[in-house]
Amino acid sequence: MSLVADIASLRQGRRRKRRMGLAALAAALMAGIALTLAVGQSVTPPLTVMATLLGVDTGGDAFTIRVLRLPRAVISALAGACFGMGGVTFQTLLRNPLASPDIIGISSGASAAAVFCIVMLHLSGTIVSVVAVAAGLGVALLIYLLAWKGGAAGARLILVGIGISAMLQSFTAYLLTQAPSWSLQQALRWMTGSVNGAELGQALPLLLALGIFGSVLLALRRDLETLAMGDDMAAGLGVPIGLVRIGVVVAAVGLVAFATAAAGPVAFVAFLSGPVAARLLRRNGSLLMPAALTGAVLVVTADFAGQVLLPARYPVGIVTGVLGAPFLVLLIARDNRSGGSL
Amino acid sequence: MTDIALKLDRLSVGYGDFPVLDGLDLSLPRGRITAIVGANACGKSTLLRAMSRLLKPRSGRVLLDGVEIHAMAPRKLARRIGLLPQSPVAPEGITVFDLVSRGRHPHQGMFGRWRREDDAAVAEALRLTGTGPLAERLVEDLSGGQRQRVWIAMALAQQTDILLLDEPTTFLDINHQIEVLDLLTDLNRERGTTIVMVLHDLNLAARYADLLVAMAHGRIHAAGLPRTVLVERMLVEVFGLDARIVADPVTAKPMMVPVGRHGADPARAAIHPMENAS
Amino acid sequence: MVHAPAPLMPRRVLGARRLAFAAILLGLLGIAMLLSLGLGSRVTGWADLGAALSGEVETMGEATVASRVPRTALAALAGAALGLAGAVMQGVTRNPLADPGILGVNAGAALAVVTGLATLGLASAQAYIWLAILGATGAAIAVYAIASVGGGGATPLKLALAGAALTAALASLTTAIVLPRGDIAGLVQSWLVGGVGGATWDRIVPVLPFLGTGALLSLATARKLNMLALGDETASALGESLWRVRILAAAGAVTLCGAATAACGPIAFVGLVVPHLCRLLLGVDYRWILPASAVSGAVLLVLADVAGRLLARPAELDVGIVTAFLGAPVFIWIVRARRVSAL
Repeated sequence: MSLVADIASLRQGRRRKRRMGLAALAAALMAGIALTLAVGQSVTPPLTVMATLLGVDTGGDAFTIRVLRLPRAVISALAGACFGMGGVTFQTLLRNPLASPDIIGISSGASAAAVFCIVMLHLSGTIVSVVAVAAGLGVALLIYLLAWKGGAAGARLILVGIGISAMLQSFTAYLLTQAPSWSLQQALRWMTGSVNGAELGQALPLLLALGIFGSVLLALRRDLETLAMGDDMAAGLGVPIGLVRIGVVVAAVGLVAFATAAAGPVAFVAFLSGPVAARLLRRNGSLLMPAALTGAVLVVTADFAGQVLLPARYPVGIVTGVLGAPFLVLLIARDNRSGGSL
Repeated sequence: MTDIALKLDRLSVGYGDFPVLDGLDLSLPRGRITAIVGANACGKSTLLRAMSRLLKPRSGRVLLDGVEIHAMAPRKLARRIGLLPQSPVAPEGITVFDLVSRGRHPHQGMFGRWRREDDAAVAEALRLTGTGPLAERLVEDLSGGQRQRVWIAMALAQQTDILLLDEPTTFLDINHQIEVLDLLTDLNRERGTTIVMVLHDLNLAARYADLLVAMAHGRIHAAGLPRTVLVERMLVEVFGLDARIVADPVTAKPMMVPVGRHGADPARAAIHPMENAS
Repeated sequence: MVHAPAPLMPRRVLGARRLAFAAILLGLLGIAMLLSLGLGSRVTGWADLGAALSGEVETMGEATVASRVPRTALAALAGAALGLAGAVMQGVTRNPLADPGILGVNAGAALAVVTGLATLGLASAQAYIWLAILGATGAAIAVYAIASVGGGGATPLKLALAGAALTAALASLTTAIVLPRGDIAGLVQSWLVGGVGGATWDRIVPVLPFLGTGALLSLATARKLNMLALGDETASALGESLWRVRILAAAGAVTLCGAATAACGPIAFVGLVVPHLCRLLLGVDYRWILPASAVSGAVLLVLADVAGRLLARPAELDVGIVTAFLGAPVFIWIVRARRVSAL
């Protein structure tokens, strides 16, 4: 049967291309991290960076790298991966590249709660992150419940999310007007997203979130793709749709909420990662891993650009937000027939 | 193995408080083509959805080889019964080959790798539906008839012995309708696949089905051979339609011709003689 | 069809009902304005009210009331503008979810104004009406273009998503401009919430010509919007030039939004809620819906402002946040009431 052979070779070719794409993304991530470690206000020679990372005491460079740059690079990469994977999950599930958690308001709950804690309750540190995660999950649940009407249709979910997030954004903006100037900076981080002042201690919850929720999503990736063909078809193909949908939504919201708690709602990373990854990999297999890598690359390089390349120092969320605007137009205006979309 | 593929046992289904199916009893023979017909909103699609477990019955059972389908694991059931919904959505940018491959979903474990037999099943499905040459095309670029064949190929890759189809010919040109129904008949004859489909067109249903089921108001009005079901009385009772039944000149199966209010108008016939009309 | 047809009513009944409704609305507006003058974080009496209105300002109470006059006027004007603009937008896009806030039009105006503040150096928002209108126009065109691309035209879902996405993008740009400028951050931040608190006549007078022009343009399209409600094909079959209607209506709505935003900052959801209410009570005739939406918008915004003053005593809640909390539930209710296929 030559058709079987053709099919098998077609599949093998794709697998090879996919591996190459993933390897390229991983290499880009490594390069971004290396740049972040080596370049800042001053440039550290690569050998010194290596030595510092291996534990050699290099004096002032050790402080710069271990305390300032390493946490920054690690948190950026982890948060970016969480945003990317969470975002592409929503886009696939709701069958709409615009339906990413940052646009449909999943992260607005986390930032509103965080700003409230900072401005009104004068809290700071871990407790703010905990509240942000809880509020992110709570608002996501609220959106889901409000959209529920004998089943949660994607369109309704998206629109309810937009309504809720418009309300929360207005609330957050109001809170900011009440903020005393000393907490305004901290609160603004929760509006825009930033990894300034990142600490290595924040990496553990992110790593755990990525490990647990990420593997849930990877385990459900085929069910997720099948779900994208509509509930009837998915059920006909043996997907327990209710269970899978809840698992997928909880995991994706968890990823986004934890990432938001660590770095603030870094604008558009959840939205951009999936479509960018789809273009890079030309739709060879599941987009979860590619989108996670793309998200990490995006946040790491955008943060680098915001710190070093631009005239003023901008938080990462501003850079991704400004990058996102033209891409948004491009994404929507692209010819539908070009393929490679989500 | 009995010669009954699916058995409905006093099946009642409803949305909210509104009962759609009301105590249905029906046995669908193995290895045959069954067509379900009826007026709009009579419960045809609901019946199909209940048979594929998309809807939970309010009471009664659906039995597959004597086992209630709601007690079966979803994947296990999906290896036995395939379903093609009325207007399935293909994810944007998906190729024919990828779409057909998705039919292997119930045969794969959570982290199960793609095996040779999966490739073989996909290749067989592409071959049977004649969609092999389209394998690398995008689904959204295909014509309506081609797309429907691709969806059927996906259902075939699922390798089930029962295939449920909800109006597989809607939105297709007449030549593509015949193409799809011929393809389904091939599958039935060559592989013994049990086919159950909802059809809109009564004449096509009578022509292609071994068993015809007429539904009205959530109940089975008549079920049996086309020539016993497609009769003038049924058309009046189910569709409120006055029609004559004649023998289809190709297959001698029953064929209905509506009378209408202007049925045979001698005055018109005189003005526009038949030879001029063609 | 996006709007559900109104239940059939005999013409005369509907007419009487409309006149009654108009009288009630105007009465409500009067009451709302009186409340707005009389109520606030400082308690004032009726005597103060009378004195202030007749121009005598001697006591603290009278001064307080006098300061509430421009505020009330601005709330009424902005509310009318937003209500009218919302009704026109819903009509021209045949979209029940159209609202200057949801569609990103306010965000466009905000970005333009903030850019002006940061680069041209003036430190007040009202000098930027033209900029605000320019920004609003740009955003409106962008959202409509984005949502129209692809199959199925600009559905409510696509418009709302495009609006939300554009809002996010524009907000990022706005923050990017403000962040390095500590000197204007406070001003911009308070302006971005949307409020009528610091209203003065100086702030109101410059926007009046724009509000007037926008209102005239909008009201002039009422009959054409009735045609458009029947669908593009039917409207052009009935002899309506689609593009002329759309441009005329959009110009009116965008001018209104831009002027209102320049004067008060972005205020969301007034334009969404009000036309729905009017349609519910008055039927589907835009010749009635448009003026009714303007008056109801004024009533809503004046009352929301009063509520904001009373709720957070002795401080004040900006009116923008009050409307957001009023409007979001209505938005969700509209979404839930609709069949998925209509989204």
